[in-house]
Amino acid sequence: MIDFLQIVIYGIVLGSIIALGAIGVSLIFGILRFAHFAHGDLMTLGAYFALAGVAGMSMPMFAAFGLALAATALVAIGIDRALYSRLQQVSPIILLISSVGVALMLRSLVQMIWGPDNQVYEQGITMPWVFAGGLRIQPTQVMIVGGAAGLMLLLHLFLQHTRFGKAMRAMSDNPDLARLSGINTERVVILTWIIAGVLAAAAGIFLGMDTRLHPIMGWKLLLPVFAAAIFGGIGKPYGAVAGALVIGLAQEMSTLVLPAAYKPAVAFALMVIILVWRPTGIFSGKVL
Amino acid sequence: MELSGLFSYFVFFLSMASVYAVLVLGLNIQWGYNGQLNIGVAAFFAVGAYTTAIVTGPASDNYLGGFGLPFLVGLLLAMVVAGLLALVIGLITVNLRSDYLAIATIGIAEIVRLVLKNEAWLTNGVRGISSIPSPFDELSGIAEGMAYLAILLVFVGGVYWTCQRLFRSPWARVLRAIRANEDAVRAAGKNVLLFRVEAFVLGSMFMGLGGALYAHFVGFISPSAFDPMFATFVVWVMLIAGGSGNNRGALLGAVVIWAVWTMSSSMIDVLADTGLLPDQLATQASTLRIFLIGLLLEIILLTRREGLLPERPPKAIDRAD
Amino acid sequence: MSLLTAEELYGGYGGGDILNGVSMHVDAGEIVVIVGPNGAGKSTAMKALFGLVNVRSGRVTFRDEDITRLSPDRIVGRGVCYVPQEANVFPSLSVLENLEMGAFIRKDDYSAQIERVFELFPPLKEKRGQAAGTLSGGQRQMVAIGRALMLDPSVLMLDEPTAGLSPKFIDLIFERIQEVNASGVSILMVEQNARHALSLADRGYVLVLGANRHEDTGPNLLADREVAEMFLGG
Repeated sequence: MIDFLQIVIYGIVLGSIIALGAIGVSLIFGILRFAHFAHGDLMTLGAYFALAGVAGMSMPMFAAFGLALAATALVAIGIDRALYSRLQQVSPIILLISSVGVALMLRSLVQMIWGPDNQVYEQGITMPWVFAGGLRIQPTQVMIVGGAAGLMLLLHLFLQHTRFGKAMRAMSDNPDLARLSGINTERVVILTWIIAGVLAAAAGIFLGMDTRLHPIMGWKLLLPVFAAAIFGGIGKPYGAVAGALVIGLAQEMSTLVLPAAYKPAVAFALMVIILVWRPTGIFSGKVL
Repeated sequence: MELSGLFSYFVFFLSMASVYAVLVLGLNIQWGYNGQLNIGVAAFFAVGAYTTAIVTGPASDNYLGGFGLPFLVGLLLAMVVAGLLALVIGLITVNLRSDYLAIATIGIAEIVRLVLKNEAWLTNGVRGISSIPSPFDELSGIAEGMAYLAILLVFVGGVYWTCQRLFRSPWARVLRAIRANEDAVRAAGKNVLLFRVEAFVLGSMFMGLGGALYAHFVGFISPSAFDPMFATFVVWVMLIAGGSGNNRGALLGAVVIWAVWTMSSSMIDVLADTGLLPDQLATQASTLRIFLIGLLLEIILLTRREGLLPERPPKAIDRAD
Repeated sequence: MSLLTAEELYGGYGGGDILNGVSMHVDAGEIVVIVGPNGAGKSTAMKALFGLVNVRSGRVTFRDEDITRLSPDRIVGRGVCYVPQEANVFPSLSVLENLEMGAFIRKDDYSAQIERVFELFPPLKEKRGQAAGTLSGGQRQMVAIGRALMLDPSVLMLDEPTAGLSPKFIDLIFERIQEVNASGVSILMVEQNARHALSLADRGYVLVLGANRHEDTGPNLLADREVAEMFLGG
């Protein structure tokens, strides 16, 4: 029983991390209408920015966290201005291919600057809290789930209660009508990248805290992130959260029957099932 | 570099370019003819390589092997197994829009990679399979290289000729029609699914062939040889650079980008030797090359996304349908 | 002096021209209706006025300002609002949020305008928190028109506002359009329900094959034999 609960906890932690990435991917799908394959590496970039803060500039973790979120958002906007916005008129496929190129460039840059080896934010082992029955919870795990929940709450408040948040939802629904109503679509696009960049960076940092930093850490999570976004209904950020928890839990629970190495295959299998059975996702998002 | 060294370098260059040419031609059938976004090229490449390695390779205590089948059978089986994998995937994913198909193919590549790494009883895991025989093992040195290159060129020619014939065939015309207006084709009574799956399977079979040719060329394969960066991404850049949708572009792209790849390696070495390149970058030469290839892709997409040889639809006469 | 004019418009979506020299004008306070057979280019003409269609040659002016090359979001700021025929609400947003989006570029307090829209369309007040996509066709149309009214426009353009609605709603929508007009908004409307639309129009244009065919007052067009022949019933 305790082992099972332990796995559930791992699942929730992983699900929280995936959720932050999946929300971004879903928003980009909904507003910019393409599959952003560089999202995983955006997460990696965020994680390494934080490492630069902590290891390179001896900042406390929370300051490095903030720095990384801001820096990643700026990079995301920069990539959009330099590349994606110029290809927007062509086709979603070209944008996808372009984002694959960006993914590779980001990954290579990270590896060239910080090296190919595993790294961590803090050396040493932190002791977990032990509960009745031997249940172990790491403080970082609490931070991750709490932090992710906090960010998601902020996003929810933004989307539901602010003028630009509603404009984002409007643009996701119907970009032509948004333009007709006078909504400044350029600004909404920039906001989308800011949010996506911030959430991706947070996801990357949390992932680094939970496991370790490695140049392909984000790329390895790309498939579960997309699976979660598709599962919840592309273009529906709230659905993405639900999808992420499902994927996270499923991946961890699969270790009961499958070798741990096959965890990504679980996410993939779930995604294929959804795509074949109900392509609009559990909560009926768009179909691209 | 002395002449014989230069010549053997040239033979090596052309041989690898040929392997890639076969891969790109296969991808062109999926993307150029059929608009399918296969980002799992590495999977079919790997499956082809491993199939031929297992069936033609020496016996081993660690993994399945020792069938000792001849070279051509190895190639054939590589194509068959790659085709079967494509068939399964194709039937599941055939109706997915391109973006979804792309994600699905990434998943496939990941699963194949996991199987190759973990199912050591089949593939010898990360240690890889070595001593893969080549039909010219008895020859040595440059003679073996040249003989194998000849074989490679024959295969490239054969695949190219097949692709060109297909391009002008009614089959390809239907594919083009499907790309333009799927509903109209379905209304005309054609089985759109079947055509799509056929294109996917055929393209994947060529990728498997490329993998098999590669395996016999280098004689040793391991999961790391099919890293998605190398196997999949470079093939895509070759197709786009050369001109997606046309076979001559595929060949040109393979040669040009492979040249860029190998020359960038030499260039980086030179820069490192002369001290112009920081040490940290010099040791990461391959990563830098990947970065540059990625940059090249973006520049191509921004400035000339039709590639070097833009797609030219077949002459009006062929459109008499 | 006309509020909104179009002079000799030629243009279309890309390849060939759909509009072959269309001209029309809307004066302050008028209801102007555009009718014609299917494929006549009625919707295209109105979209061209709003900057949604490529105008190859010709001129569109609003209050004497040349707005031919302006994009829709610029035109909206000048007091011309447009209700498309389809996809004219934000389905996942609530009724109230739809109206808020209509008022996006307003810097002032627009709660009075929201109240006015609710007075015009009482069911919307009741369902203000409901997602617009879950409403019936007629109620959705109310939201669509309400959204466009939020900027207090001088000219309201409507593309087939009663398409696909039940007779009860058709009457209701036409009634409301007249009310909006009575409050000072000029109306330009494309309609398939030609007979009904012309009965409340000040003037009408009959377009055929992308060109002007007839132009007259509403009552005159209704009485015209040739026009009647083109529209049996409708």
